[in-house]
Amino acid sequence: MRALLIRDIRLAVRAGGGFGLGLSFFLIVVVLVPFGVGPQNALLARIAPGILWLGALLACLLSLDRIFALDWEDGSLDLLATSPLPMEGIVSIKALAHWLTTGLPLVLAAPLFGVLLNLPEAGYKWLILSLLLGTPALSVIGAFGAALTVGLKRGGLLLSLLVLPLYVPTLIFGAEVARRGAEGLQVATPLLMLAGITCGAMALLPFASAAVLRVNLR
Amino acid sequence: MILNVTDLTIARGGIPVLEDLTFSLAQGQVLVLRGPNGSGKTTLLRTIAGLQPPVSGRVEVQPESLVYAGHADGIKATLTVAENLNFWAQVFGNADISHALAAFELGAFADRPAGALSAGQKRRLGLARLLVTGRVVWVLDEPTVSLDAHAVAMFAMAVRTHVAGGGVALIATHIDLGLDEARVLDVGYYRARALAVDDFDGAFL
Repeated sequence: MRALLIRDIRLAVRAGGGFGLGLSFFLIVVVLVPFGVGPQNALLARIAPGILWLGALLACLLSLDRIFALDWEDGSLDLLATSPLPMEGIVSIKALAHWLTTGLPLVLAAPLFGVLLNLPEAGYKWLILSLLLGTPALSVIGAFGAALTVGLKRGGLLLSLLVLPLYVPTLIFGAEVARRGAEGLQVATPLLMLAGITCGAMALLPFASAAVLRVNLR
Repeated sequence: MILNVTDLTIARGGIPVLEDLTFSLAQGQVLVLRGPNGSGKTTLLRTIAGLQPPVSGRVEVQPESLVYAGHADGIKATLTVAENLNFWAQVFGNADISHALAAFELGAFADRPAGALSAGQKRRLGLARLLVTGRVVWVLDEPTVSLDAHAVAMFAMAVRTHVAGGGVALIATHIDLGLDEARVLDVGYYRARALAVDDFDGAFL
């Protein structure tokens, strides 16, 4: 298991691994939005939590198809499936590796990008916390989508269409935590809902992804 | 018996390709599968490896004694040869890769990225993976593709050492490996009859 995690992270940070792809996309969104909205600091501050969450979500989506597609193409997935590692474990580790190389950098970069969007001071703590709680769900749900579309040429489009509706609850509650935090309101309810979605996804989806992968490998 | 296949019928893409296949392999035996292209050798090996279910019949083998090597080697181009091998060794719970590097003369390339190897060298790396798994049953699909004569001899030597140590190998190949002890099974004799279409819908399924 640990060997697989180390291998996946190593592959991601080496040339052509796609590390930083999500981060640069996040940066592009966050830099361009103020230009599109115009010099209205009050408006920017109001939409900042939503934009930051949306940017993070789309950045996450960008690298999903790599989770299984590369291993499928070069035959590693067949070999992993016949190895002693349980398929559920393989799926979980790959989702974890995706989070460590995509989700976690987004969480760490978010406060910096918040400045660009004039996020109110009270919002930073809650933005980081909501992203920290929400992005693992994005990776786990994304791994499920990637398992569904593995083996399809140019499956990225189908993957996005399949995964986007599943991302909506995370986006709603994640952005709500950040918005309420920024406005100094109570955040407990959306925070608990967000944590619940993440825990549920992490507990259930690896089994679904593993079952789907077994079918797709036939 | 380490591997028992009984009355096996297998299908590819919903169409039966081989039927009523029965054979078994005891310790130290090698079985070479032959048959024309499309006769179902790969499907048979994938079924035995547990990657797809049989239509009917049984495959009896301990899943944790088996290692499968398909057409693709599962090599990561950006990892070095040693990193690739180390990864598979750790997945299978082993640590030592030096004997595998030596058996396929890969020692000189150990620190080179696998993407910089030639096709034959990549195949040798793929085959070296078998040695670091420590598994008893080797299920190999066209292992000698893009190997030169010298590398084929290396591979034959590895198989011989493996079976001498009580291992088993099931190999689909078109070339003569020079293994005297190997039995040959021509899967062409087990070709499945076309399924009778007995209802209107069946013709469209």
